[in-house]
Amino acid sequence: MDNQSFGSKRLVVGAHYGLRDWLSQRVTAVVMTLYTLVLVVQLLAGPKLGYLRWSAIFSQQWMRFATFVTIVALAVHAWVGVRDIWMDYIKPVWLRLTLQVITIVWLVGCTGWAVQVLWRL
Amino acid sequence: MADEHKPRPVYTNIHVSQIVAYRLPPAGWVSILHRISGALMFVLLPLVVWLLDVSLTSEVSYERFSNAFIAGIGFVPAFLLKLVVLALIWSFLHHLIAGVRHLWMDVTHSVTLQQGRVSALITLGASGVLTIILGAKLFGLY
Repeated sequence: MDNQSFGSKRLVVGAHYGLRDWLSQRVTAVVMTLYTLVLVVQLLAGPKLGYLRWSAIFSQQWMRFATFVTIVALAVHAWVGVRDIWMDYIKPVWLRLTLQVITIVWLVGCTGWAVQVLWRL
Repeated sequence: MADEHKPRPVYTNIHVSQIVAYRLPPAGWVSILHRISGALMFVLLPLVVWLLDVSLTSEVSYERFSNAFIAGIGFVPAFLLKLVVLALIWSFLHHLIAGVRHLWMDVTHSVTLQQGRVSALITLGASGVLTIILGAKLFGLY
């Protein structure tokens, strides 16, 4: 069996190519769902929400850990989903590639910003 | 037998004007709204990070954050900001519940026509009701 994975024989379609994206979208979805539950429980438990309680939630080291993982999960999840949209509706290769590059720039930028907010606390 | 049926429309190259004539089942609505809500959240991602930024950075910026919903911010009136946030709330809820529906179908193989129909209606209903509840809070109705 030829295992060459570059050049003209590079694997671009077929079994397991889409599975990784399919699976990562589901795994990241579970991560974000669990994070949502953890955040909602903390918001509902406690006195009236103001700046001190709001920022205290995100200052806990374990919560930063969880938030950071969720931010990365969101970027991966959105990448798979938005790429699906471009692949479904945008047929000209140059336009699709341009939109995909913009998508990556958009997501990496927002991820960096969110991480900066988190670690500035 | 087959010729008794009304001829169904056949679209080979779908034009936007034909989409409005589609009659989607509930599962179809959940599906397309899943995509639309995801795209909306993707486009509005900088707004979400900005809201996180101003609400967390300091007490002063937190004041700016709460004031944006009362007096508006920059050229954006508070009402418009609330509408956009309401759209985000609905998008998040619909996307989350429709996603859980997907996972539930994957895990339990609940893929009959009836199960799909019922779970789709539950998804539309639950996200709608939760959006109304949170939206009422957003617009200060309680």
